[in-house]
Amino acid sequence: MNPRTTRASRREFLLAAGGVSAGIALEGAAMLAAAAEPASTTALPGTRNAVVSMVQAIRRLVGTAAINKGKVKLELPPLVENGNAVALAVRVDSPMTQAEHVKAIHVFSEKNPQPYIATFHLGARAGRASVATRVRLADTQTVHAICEMSDGTFWSDSASVVVTLAACLEEL
Amino acid sequence: MARALINVPAAARRGDVIEIKALIAHEMETGFRRTQLGVLVPRDIITQFLCTYNGAEIFRAEFHPAIAANPFVAFSTIATESGAIVFKWTGDNGFSATESVAISVA
Repeated sequence: MNPRTTRASRREFLLAAGGVSAGIALEGAAMLAAAAEPASTTALPGTRNAVVSMVQAIRRLVGTAAINKGKVKLELPPLVENGNAVALAVRVDSPMTQAEHVKAIHVFSEKNPQPYIATFHLGARAGRASVATRVRLADTQTVHAICEMSDGTFWSDSASVVVTLAACLEEL
Repeated sequence: MARALINVPAAARRGDVIEIKALIAHEMETGFRRTQLGVLVPRDIITQFLCTYNGAEIFRAEFHPAIAANPFVAFSTIATESGAIVFKWTGDNGFSATESVAISVA
């Protein structure tokens, strides 16, 4: 065997090894995520369905795509007295041109009866990627904003809110 | 017809980014509340909001029960030409409301 082929086979070996270790790393991350879910639910009994369904709702939206941190800024007050109307704003760092703009902004709740809060569809004509609305929050929780870009990538941000008077609890 | 409050600048320069705010009077009954007799109050919400600028869609939102009563949205658009900005809300039980605002672009 000449040194050339030896080097080539070494490269092949490294490539293959890298692939295998990346596979292990991915599996490890998936296992970590799976392990983290029950851990957080044991800490807060009775919220299991809510947490899982938000994770499922996000998965249903993004599919197998990765969700990156950054670019998105979710603005929520850290402490709200009344969960019936909480001001929420989402700003995304994007040039908003035809080639590169925000397609949609999705907002998810961790502990409301349903994980969905709202979806906003934008385009290059928006000029600025910024939306605001008022939401209901049923409990002290973390709210997630996921932004879908025109190139198909997903970016997210989350904010924790302490709610002293929850929405949806009062009787008529 | 439900009462709506809309804030759009009456005049703008071409190419300016203008902010649009729209609010409509609506209960947004979640469908998770019960009366004192334990009867579930059926859901009655606005599910979609659509904004068009001279016929072309510039913004669309899907609402869920987690949107507060009297749904409010603020968003932005680029002033391109004079014309009408039309707002349309649709929802449960055949709810539909449309408002139109004129804008002049210099």
